[in-house]
Amino acid sequence: MFSADLFANAVVSGLLLGGFYAAVAIGLAIVFGQLDIVNIAHPAFVIVGSYTAYIFNTTFGFDPVLVGVAAMPLFFAVGVAIYRIYYAAFERTGQESLSGLAFFFGLMFIIEVTLILVYGVDYRLVSAGYSGNTLSFGYVDLPLRMLVPFLVSLTLTAAIWLYLSRTFMGRAIQAVAQDRGALQLMGADPVRIKQWAFGLGIATAAVAGALLIIIGPVEPSVGRQYIGRVFAIVVLGGMGSIQGMLIAALLLGVTENMVSTFYGPSWAPAVAFGVLLLTLALRPSGLFGR
Amino acid sequence: MSALLQVSGLAKRFGGFTALEGISLQVAPGERLGLIGPNGSGKTTLINCVSGALFNDEGRVEFEGRDITRLPPFKRARLGIARSFQIPKPFRSMSVLDNLRVPLEYAARSRTEQRNASDEAMRILETMGLAARAQHDSAGLTQVDMRKLELARAMAAHPRLLISDEAMAGLSGNEVDEVLAILFKLNQAGITIIMIEHIMQAVMRFSQRVVCLDAGRIICEGTPDQTVANADVQRAYLGA
Amino acid sequence: MRGWGFWAASAAVLAAGVGFTELADNPYYFNATYVVLQALIMAVAWNILGGFTGYVNFGSAAFFAVGAYTTIFLHKAFALPLAATILAAALVCGLIGLGVGYLTLRLKGVYFAIATLAMGIVLETLVNNWSFVGGAKGTYMLTPDQHLWFDSYSEMLFMVMLVLALGAIAVSRKLSSSRIGRGLAAIRDDEVAAECSGVPTLRLKLVSTTVMGAMMGVAGAPYPYFVTYVDPISAFNLFIAVNSIAMPMIGGTSHWAGPVIGALLVGSMQEIITVTISSELNVLLVGIMLVLFITLAPQGIVGLVRKHWKKRKA
Repeated sequence: MFSADLFANAVVSGLLLGGFYAAVAIGLAIVFGQLDIVNIAHPAFVIVGSYTAYIFNTTFGFDPVLVGVAAMPLFFAVGVAIYRIYYAAFERTGQESLSGLAFFFGLMFIIEVTLILVYGVDYRLVSAGYSGNTLSFGYVDLPLRMLVPFLVSLTLTAAIWLYLSRTFMGRAIQAVAQDRGALQLMGADPVRIKQWAFGLGIATAAVAGALLIIIGPVEPSVGRQYIGRVFAIVVLGGMGSIQGMLIAALLLGVTENMVSTFYGPSWAPAVAFGVLLLTLALRPSGLFGR
Repeated sequence: MSALLQVSGLAKRFGGFTALEGISLQVAPGERLGLIGPNGSGKTTLINCVSGALFNDEGRVEFEGRDITRLPPFKRARLGIARSFQIPKPFRSMSVLDNLRVPLEYAARSRTEQRNASDEAMRILETMGLAARAQHDSAGLTQVDMRKLELARAMAAHPRLLISDEAMAGLSGNEVDEVLAILFKLNQAGITIIMIEHIMQAVMRFSQRVVCLDAGRIICEGTPDQTVANADVQRAYLGA
Repeated sequence: MRGWGFWAASAAVLAAGVGFTELADNPYYFNATYVVLQALIMAVAWNILGGFTGYVNFGSAAFFAVGAYTTIFLHKAFALPLAATILAAALVCGLIGLGVGYLTLRLKGVYFAIATLAMGIVLETLVNNWSFVGGAKGTYMLTPDQHLWFDSYSEMLFMVMLVLALGAIAVSRKLSSSRIGRGLAAIRDDEVAAECSGVPTLRLKLVSTTVMGAMMGVAGAPYPYFVTYVDPISAFNLFIAVNSIAMPMIGGTSHWAGPVIGALLVGSMQEIITVTISSELNVLLVGIMLVLFITLAPQGIVGLVRKHWKKRKA
């Protein structure tokens, strides 16, 4: 039952999967990790990204990744609008812990049901030139439908990391997470910075969604399986640290793949949640926290 | 004379930052102690360690001869340690009266025989001059009434030790006198008081003894006059 | 509502329920009211933690499903009667509430909410892989032959649900006006100040999650007999979780009557829309109402009515 090539393939495809998870989690790492906004609707936006890629791919034949990148500004604008509502209705009045959470829950639900009403519960998929190809190195297989999302995700992660650490706005976003007061002294408006960061977080969902539908077919409720995954990754990665997030994503991908290879795929969804519950119980500051 | 509160060798660190180090302090029953020091000197951290909101990393905290170092805040409240908060934290959904019922029904439950919490709450509101506001929403109080509610709620816990954390911040001269008079009255009723205050004139008038913190250490301890004259205190405050 | 008024009203509702079973024959009526009552218990339960204590539970469906699967398991393994499985479901779900609370409530509040989301999927995965209770394929439950003195089993289930719902409301009402209720409200308003006022915050939060869990388990326990076929997808349905949040939020979370009003209103509306228009639209409508109410009227219907009264008095 146990064999070296099975094991090697499980590790490699786990790494590919985990790399892709980073793209889904990075938006939440910014929004939840840095801004402390518990956007449980994030995976729902990722699904919207998938359907956007699906529509443009099936109608015009555009490459899904390109569609994802091109849709980023639109997603950004939607994110800004949502943050404005969130700020005005909940954050300003100190209601974020109860009503704010319920707000995102409602939003998630509306997105999911709307997609079901419009597109039904059938699985949708995209076609790209590389979808069916596989690179092989010895007995390790690298299917392109996994490798492309992996590479795009790493690029996205690197770009966000550079943005946060090298640009003025990026540093301001990190500063807002540390100390609101200090930022105000610098003359920067924390609400504007948070709105920008929230928009950025949602914008990454456009790309993540495109990657998701390259990997496999998507239907509206798939997003829910990602809620536990993304929160597990962000918490395990130490809240808001991009490097920590990436390592946590890779770890989760490998663990999930091991479990589904050796125990059966029906157990895989529980892995993320098990990891999350264990992290919260034993090490809430994450793997790399103090 | 045995101390009501005894802090010995207390240290508190946040990550690499040492907020308090080597703090030893005694407070006698019935005493009025002033705790002063520049911003960030560790005053609030110290009273958080005493009231239990934070656990200290080193040292002991004893109350009435009993080691309370590891006790959670609600148990310390039940033993008789009450505090007010620098930024008022009323129970916003409750009336002013109901705000006092919470500590009466919890912290003071075992130590007094309150048949009727509402009557007792009303009596405390009267001594605080808040009786007319009893049925008002606590969220809508004025600044000075909010400060008084903080003290009233602390009093409803029937404390032996009351820690007043900047109860006068942001008040006018008259209002400061008003709150000060209340604190004197409580002290005469036998309650030991630790006052943290930035308004020097108030803290010097109130305290029998003053402890000055700077950068997480006690730099001076003595009567108000001695403290004012102390060179270290002057340096800490003026940054010279 | 003063003490005797509440009990008189409860007795009247109960009598009306009995009259209803004597007069009406059409099983649709019993089924429709059963669904509303089930949602009502869930909403009341959710509000004990959400409204009174200020902690969000997204995993209502999981508690409900565990209640349902407790019945399935005990029925299949020991052929226990409904009354016993309801008690067992309360016990099991209360313990789950206690466990999740204990793991996460010492941390920041949001972790509890996230953990309840997580818990749902873990439990669903467990049930999917547990063939004794049907696994992913689901399982059939035969309706028992006896139904006390009622004309049919569904009439009996309706009365069971009515009694349970009144019980849940009574517990919630008693809790909100008690010393514990004031402790919970203090936690919701300001946890640090509550603790410094002598409120044992962790213990009270655990009481709150336990009562909530037990009540949701009770709501789910009769479900297998009601639908006669249960699979993980229907038992862990997200819609149950959405309803349990939306109904208290729409009715108003700060008062025990809020979730009751919300459940009766939204529940009846759902029944009407499902019959007249479509069930998908009905699901969407609840989501939209939830978001609109929490952004525009965060105090719910109870809050709007109170505001109106205050204005008239002034």
